[in-house]
Amino acid sequence: MIALLLSPILVPLVTALSTSLLAARPVAQRRLGLVGITAFFACAAALLAHVATEGTLRASMGGWPAPFGIELVADPLGAAMVLITALMGASALVFQLSDADAAPSAPSLEPLVHAMLAAVSGAFLTGDIFNLYVWFELMLVSSLGLLAYRTATRQLDATLKYFVLNTVGTLLLLVGIAYLHAATGHLGFGALSEAARDHDALRLAPFVVMVALAFLVKAGAFPLYAWLPASYHTLPAPLLALFAGLLTKVGVYALLRVLGGVFVLTPSLVFEALGWVAAATMLFGVLGAAYHWDVRRILAFHIISQIGYMLLGIALASREGHVGTVFYVIHHIVVKANLFLIAAIIFRHTGSYDLRRSGGLYAVRPGLAALFAIPALSLVGIPPLSGFWAKLLVVRETLAQGRWGLAAIALFVGLLTLYSMAKIWFGAFWKKHPDEGWRPAEGAHLGPAYLATGALALVTLYLGLAPEGLVRLAELASAELVGGPR
Amino acid sequence: MTWMLALGVAAIVSAGVYLALSRDLLRCVVGVSLIAAAANLVVFASGRPGDPSPPVIPPGGDVLAAGAAPLPQALVLTAIVIGFSLTCFSLVVVLAIKQRTGVNDSHALRAAEPHALSDGAPPLEEEDDA
Repeated sequence: MIALLLSPILVPLVTALSTSLLAARPVAQRRLGLVGITAFFACAAALLAHVATEGTLRASMGGWPAPFGIELVADPLGAAMVLITALMGASALVFQLSDADAAPSAPSLEPLVHAMLAAVSGAFLTGDIFNLYVWFELMLVSSLGLLAYRTATRQLDATLKYFVLNTVGTLLLLVGIAYLHAATGHLGFGALSEAARDHDALRLAPFVVMVALAFLVKAGAFPLYAWLPASYHTLPAPLLALFAGLLTKVGVYALLRVLGGVFVLTPSLVFEALGWVAAATMLFGVLGAAYHWDVRRILAFHIISQIGYMLLGIALASREGHVGTVFYVIHHIVVKANLFLIAAIIFRHTGSYDLRRSGGLYAVRPGLAALFAIPALSLVGIPPLSGFWAKLLVVRETLAQGRWGLAAIALFVGLLTLYSMAKIWFGAFWKKHPDEGWRPAEGAHLGPAYLATGALALVTLYLGLAPEGLVRLAELASAELVGGPR
Repeated sequence: MTWMLALGVAAIVSAGVYLALSRDLLRCVVGVSLIAAAANLVVFASGRPGDPSPPVIPPGGDVLAAGAAPLPQALVLTAIVIGFSLTCFSLVVVLAIKQRTGVNDSHALRAAEPHALSDGAPPLEEEDDA
């Protein structure tokens, strides 16, 4: 069973290494990448199936028993996140086969993508907070490589800003971990959670807040989100979908793991503050989106805004709130990545990401308009799509706790999200193209692009029409969360 | 020993933050790597350095009661290696930007986020120059 637990880390890692050996043969490299991602997906699916039926899997590295060794833990939450990671990797690499803003091929592209997938699933499977820091660093290293590999000035500019703010975040995490280790003598989640019970919660609180702050930087929460809209739009579409789907959500996951599970006894003032950080994140994200006309920048600001809802679920500090966050994270990863991929198809047809320079697509590509409507309306939270259930779970718990102000902000932000999606709809689909002689691109190779986006739209529809399965999984995940994995 | 480390960390963090807040790109990156060095010292200090007793956990226990803990020393090695590689990478990025554009001021560096148009409307998207 250890092999099954390790496979979602090992398979992409081996793929990254073997594709880097094939650097001189781009075609073979790309094929091997597809084989690797298929194997990764199969392993992740097998792991989730096993965890959902047989319960949490755990293994100590090097045979050192807890609390001495580094533990890997696949509980329902971690396994579900790994499966969604594999789904994102697969859709990005399939989309990469089309010619809609695909990432220019380079010897380092495939290895970096797979290394990032390995780092993300490592972060989801680790049961040790220092090990989590290492996976965060690996994520940072591979994402810096992917940002900078095209080496145009705008990418280097984006890389630098992404680097500085993210590095400050990781350093904060490292220092917080050092203090926690000095105070408790432990690093494993289970041991930390037990040690926290014997400590004065107030004494550990500053260190827990430090770690939480680091995760908030990584998640792109207010007011530390400036790195995200400064860098994401310089990425080619498949990589942008990967970044947008996965990276900030690892921060949310880590925050949920730490504040919702390991240090659940943190003073309530911290959760109160987190609630207002969540509200500000929602509001400022959506207001930033309202200003822009570039689809990628609109969507990048919406990542921030949606992160607010996930943080709100954590700030509610209850089982129901956690269920809402888990559901929201999984729904959001699928929807957000899909929107960025569909934006690339729009770009391929109209020749611009800027809504002032595009339009007229509804008349010639009504199917694409329908495809866009599914994730866009799901992001807004229109029933019966998945975003409706996600928002329902979070807002219902907010109301149940009598936090009227937070609930009102959450609903108001939904309205502004509708405004942004309507802006894209009118700009790209409904109004006439500003260029009279414009025709949709002839001979565009979009088969793989439609395959990837269509599959993700089907996942969104399925989660919307039959949410019970995911709700049950989220309940299972949050039930195992409290007290840390053991 | 801990007090000495604490004072050192305070000095290095202040220098690092001062440099990192600078508009000069090179100073900014060097400042970040100074903060990284201070963070490494904090990790090192979390292992009670300076205690000469042997680092042995008593039978039945699971926390080291006396002696410098070896674990943070292993952890800090990991952090040093990662921090060093990131410093090198960021220096290369800054040098490339400087060579390409001649710009060394973070306020003037607007390649990824161009200024708004003259009427306050958001900028049009920029195309890659490479």
